[in-house]
Amino acid sequence: MTERQEQLNTQELIDETAAPAAVISDLPPDNPQVAGGETRSQWRDVWRQFRSHRGAMVALVLFIGVILFVAIGPYLWTIDPTYVDIRARNSGFTAAHPLGTDQLGRDMLARLMAGGRVSIAVGLTAMIIAIFIGSLIGVTSGYFRRLDAPLMRLTELFLALPLLPLLLLMVTLFREPLSQNLGPAMGVFVLIVSAIGATSWMQAARIVRGDVLGLKEREFILAAKSIGTPSRRMILRHILPNVLSPIMVAATLGIATAIITESALSFLGLGFPPDFPTWGRLLYDAVDQMALYPSRVILPGLLISMTVLCVNYIGDGLRDAMDPRIRGR
Amino acid sequence: MLTFTIRRLLLAIPTLLFISLVIFLLLELSPGDPLGDVPLTVPPEVKERMREALGLGQAWYIRYVLWLKQFFWVEPLHWFDQVFGTSFSAGMQRVISFQSRSPVFDVIAQRVPQTLTVVGLSYLIGVLIAIPIGIISAYKQYSWFDQLGTFVSMIGFSMPTFFTGVVLIIIFGVKLQWFPSVYDTTLVVRDWDSFLAQVRQMVMPVTVLALYNAAQISRFMRASMLNNLGQDYVRTARAKGLSEKTVVLKHVLRNSLIPVVTVIALGLPAVFGGAIITEQVFKVNGLGQLLITAIHANDIPMVLTLTFIFAILIVLFTLIADIVYGLLDPRIRYD
Amino acid sequence: MKRSVISVLALFAASPAIAGRGTDGELRILYWQAATVLNPYLSTGAKDTDPASMVIEPLAVVAPDGSFQPRLAAEIPTLENGGIAADYSSVTWRLKPDLKWSDGTPFTAEDVAFTAQYCMDPEFGCAVLQEFEGIASVDVLDPTTVRLNFSEPKYPPLQAFIGGRTPVLQKAQFASCLGAAGASCTEQNFGPIGTGPFVVTAFQPGDVVQFTANPHYRDPNKPAFATATVKGGGDAMAAARTVLETGEFDFAWNMQLAPEIVAPMEAQGKGVLVASFGPMVERIELNQTDPSPTLPEGQRSTMARPHPFLADPAVRKALSMAIDRQLIAELAYGPSGMATCTIVPMPTAYDPGNNDCLQQDIAGANALLDDAGWTKGADGIRTKDGVELRLLFQTTVNAVRQDEQSLVKQWWSEIGVATDLKTIDNAAFFGGDAGSPDTRQKFYADAQMFTDAFYIPDPASFLNKFVCDRIPTAENQWQGQNSIRFCDPAYDENMALLHQTAEASKRQEIAKEMTATLTADGNFVLPLIHRGMVSAHANSLTGILANGWEGQLWNVADWSRAE
Repeated sequence: MTERQEQLNTQELIDETAAPAAVISDLPPDNPQVAGGETRSQWRDVWRQFRSHRGAMVALVLFIGVILFVAIGPYLWTIDPTYVDIRARNSGFTAAHPLGTDQLGRDMLARLMAGGRVSIAVGLTAMIIAIFIGSLIGVTSGYFRRLDAPLMRLTELFLALPLLPLLLLMVTLFREPLSQNLGPAMGVFVLIVSAIGATSWMQAARIVRGDVLGLKEREFILAAKSIGTPSRRMILRHILPNVLSPIMVAATLGIATAIITESALSFLGLGFPPDFPTWGRLLYDAVDQMALYPSRVILPGLLISMTVLCVNYIGDGLRDAMDPRIRGR
Repeated sequence: MLTFTIRRLLLAIPTLLFISLVIFLLLELSPGDPLGDVPLTVPPEVKERMREALGLGQAWYIRYVLWLKQFFWVEPLHWFDQVFGTSFSAGMQRVISFQSRSPVFDVIAQRVPQTLTVVGLSYLIGVLIAIPIGIISAYKQYSWFDQLGTFVSMIGFSMPTFFTGVVLIIIFGVKLQWFPSVYDTTLVVRDWDSFLAQVRQMVMPVTVLALYNAAQISRFMRASMLNNLGQDYVRTARAKGLSEKTVVLKHVLRNSLIPVVTVIALGLPAVFGGAIITEQVFKVNGLGQLLITAIHANDIPMVLTLTFIFAILIVLFTLIADIVYGLLDPRIRYD
Repeated sequence: MKRSVISVLALFAASPAIAGRGTDGELRILYWQAATVLNPYLSTGAKDTDPASMVIEPLAVVAPDGSFQPRLAAEIPTLENGGIAADYSSVTWRLKPDLKWSDGTPFTAEDVAFTAQYCMDPEFGCAVLQEFEGIASVDVLDPTTVRLNFSEPKYPPLQAFIGGRTPVLQKAQFASCLGAAGASCTEQNFGPIGTGPFVVTAFQPGDVVQFTANPHYRDPNKPAFATATVKGGGDAMAAARTVLETGEFDFAWNMQLAPEIVAPMEAQGKGVLVASFGPMVERIELNQTDPSPTLPEGQRSTMARPHPFLADPAVRKALSMAIDRQLIAELAYGPSGMATCTIVPMPTAYDPGNNDCLQQDIAGANALLDDAGWTKGADGIRTKDGVELRLLFQTTVNAVRQDEQSLVKQWWSEIGVATDLKTIDNAAFFGGDAGSPDTRQKFYADAQMFTDAFYIPDPASFLNKFVCDRIPTAENQWQGQNSIRFCDPAYDENMALLHQTAEASKRQEIAKEMTATLTADGNFVLPLIHRGMVSAHANSLTGILANGWEGQLWNVADWSRAE
């Protein structure tokens, strides 16, 4: 990484002649890259900037907390989330069940921890897949004029496909082969994540393409082009960083959508086995009991919102930290 | 731009035909049976007869071509007849729904008004509040307004409508009894009272949907504004002595609208698609509910027709978006 | 059973006299599944047949106790009054005199004959063709007498034109809808002219139906309501809310909700729940063939591969003993379900009456499996000769069913049986799509749970599902109804005998024996809950009479509003 970074740094020095003047003037005089820069990498700089973003830091700490809660929690709180204990049903907050139990006496704390594992894993993975496909298609079709028409027609096709029959078909075709090859739980995970990812990249693709179309005509791009910067570097060094902010927004919104879509899938019988908790599912199942047991909707709802908010603030912080124009402030 | 538009419109025809074929095949291949709701007591022989009566005995390509003919030839002829009182389409079979055995377009026409009023209005309101919120949030980044906006919009987006809708119903429908929990599609606005009744029954579904849409659009607006506020041309404009208002609302806003236009252009066809969950929660029974019940009942002609109209709108609105890009940023050219 | 009797009695007590036609304003009904067509010959779903039953009527209906009650007929045909031929080769219906359609034209025997012809047209695809099976011809003897002739003696003889699924249509209106044309007669299918208490004024398929009182209805004082609306949409919970909490609707249908959620809503005093018990039973089926995904297509779930452990009667018995049916009834159904040990709970004369299964016996089940040689391994799961007691248990997506699944899984784990749960979308599970691996008939699982019922108070056609040649196979496109792949020559012989027996007591004897083979004796099918159809109605609505055999709106003519 560092070696590659060095190379890139050197390259940037050359590129900077083509970059917009503002970037140069904004660079602090002790800029490591100008000053020789072996000691401070760009990423350390980003981290330093990120740390000064209070919201992002709080969000990062909370997010790590949530991750620890779902990752380490089940080892400390060892009740089986699917264990039915009829005698303890509808219990309130007690020592035996700190967050109460559900209508069949299953421990809510254990269910929230087990559910979070799945929801966060599904949310993040599906979002990454969707954003990756979306950015790839968006940048390619915005940048290369010849690929624009076919790729955008493909996007239109995917936008037009009715989601439900598509998911049903995917599940019918792939559920058994996947669960035989990867085991039932992993098979369903791969299936759900790819189903959500494959059906939610279109918005990101359209947005990225729209931005790229405009960027492509900006002076600094034309300048970079005029000195013969190859397309790959053009995209990685100049285009992508400039479309990062809409991608970040799409990513944050994508996590929320993926967590909720997962619960919709299980509701259709396409997701994980029915006794397998996820946050979205816990929320959905508890909506009918909302008036009687508000904590059952509040807890998963709170966790989903908190995760999404954290990701949003982390994204904000990252974006600010990576923006050279703001970094100096 | 004109040649571009014409070329794209011509290109849209094969694209749409291909999309319709893919949708048809998808519906054919996905599991399910139009007779899935028939009670278990009906023996298989009778089911077989019913299946044939629906025309399912024929090969898929024959049914596809038949649908194409009905959609592109019989239906327009029928409308022509309706308007001019002619009878060219007499004796021709229109696109018929499996569930209700009635012409698909008649049912769609019944659903359009409530979908446009509820979903369309909520989208309009969503856009109208999202754009100023996005602009102010970006201009005053990390102010209390921005923080509050971020907080509300992220909560609004991450809480699914099946949850927020029910919360509203419990509070305003059940406890306070301000608004009805069931949308009355037969209500006709004739006078002030019926207008008030219409407004009251629209408040909750429109609020839920508008919140959701505004949350999404305001985030994109804010991000895009932020991206542009730091650009050189902004500094140049300020240096030239332009007023802050002109700089922000004329220069920055115009350049920041591209991603927002994309999101809105993707959202407008979705208005036609209805809002499946919100419609169900408030019993609006618009196009979203029509589509989902048709999918569950495997009503292939209905699903195919609805999704195809949806596809036409998508193709149309992406074209409009592309044209708007060119208007917003004259440097963008497609030729 | 007791609960439903109490609710029925309570209703009788509250029923006042009706003041007169159209005096009680509007009747507002919510069906959370919306009607899509008002012709039961095209669609037999309750969402469609119930609203239709407010308009079009059959000759007779099934009363709550399973007896017949005349509607358009003057009396029920019997052997004694000569309505049923002594050799069971024909049934003669005498109609009430001077009946009128809602358009004022007279109702005659011609309409009955026409309706039979309409449904039996081979080009049409009639949804209730089974009820007309065996009718060779229909003779109109005079304007108020019609005779259905069977091609061979038919037992039971009374099927067609009984119940809301086979109402009489007006010949004048439907004359142009015979055969293939019937499917697209939109105007007729959306607004059938009827003899019932209401007339359709507006219909938006999938959304709402509006009615007004029929001016030509035979009882001049009924219906009490001037107009009626049947709105569709939402879900069961939302529907319960509109009747029990907000009072926006008078009546809501099919409230399958957890009792602990509904009880506090009922306590607000705006409305009550009524359960009507018919022959609906929720059951678990045990696959008798091997559904293992490692088997090639063509072998999987076919008779060529008996099930590795469910073929063992001891395992089936133990699985049944481990289930606490009463607890399921209490937790998941409340007043809408009772624990049961039979799949034919009504009419009660057909119930074998063996209620041993009601008592959960985990210890006994464990002992039974020990004796049969299934020993517990280190992980607590029983094995024998390398076969592990691990099964896949599937059902449809439904909150109540998912709770049942979790409970059953827990109990089975206590007897050393591991269970994996699976849920399937309703349409995929009940749709007979031969290409889908998830249909009820293909049964690519070891156990599956769903509810089944029948409509005529005679279980012959229901029991006929379990004969050998109804086994679904690749050859018959997986269309048979014997999804457990149960095949017993003695059972098939009994079935043939039942088809030729007229005498009621003998029929009951045979049917009981067949039911016992499937349930208490063989445990191929594990009955769980005798389910009622639950509806909610406002306290101000009176005259509602629970009936598990007919649609929930079967006696809407008698409904009225209390002061």
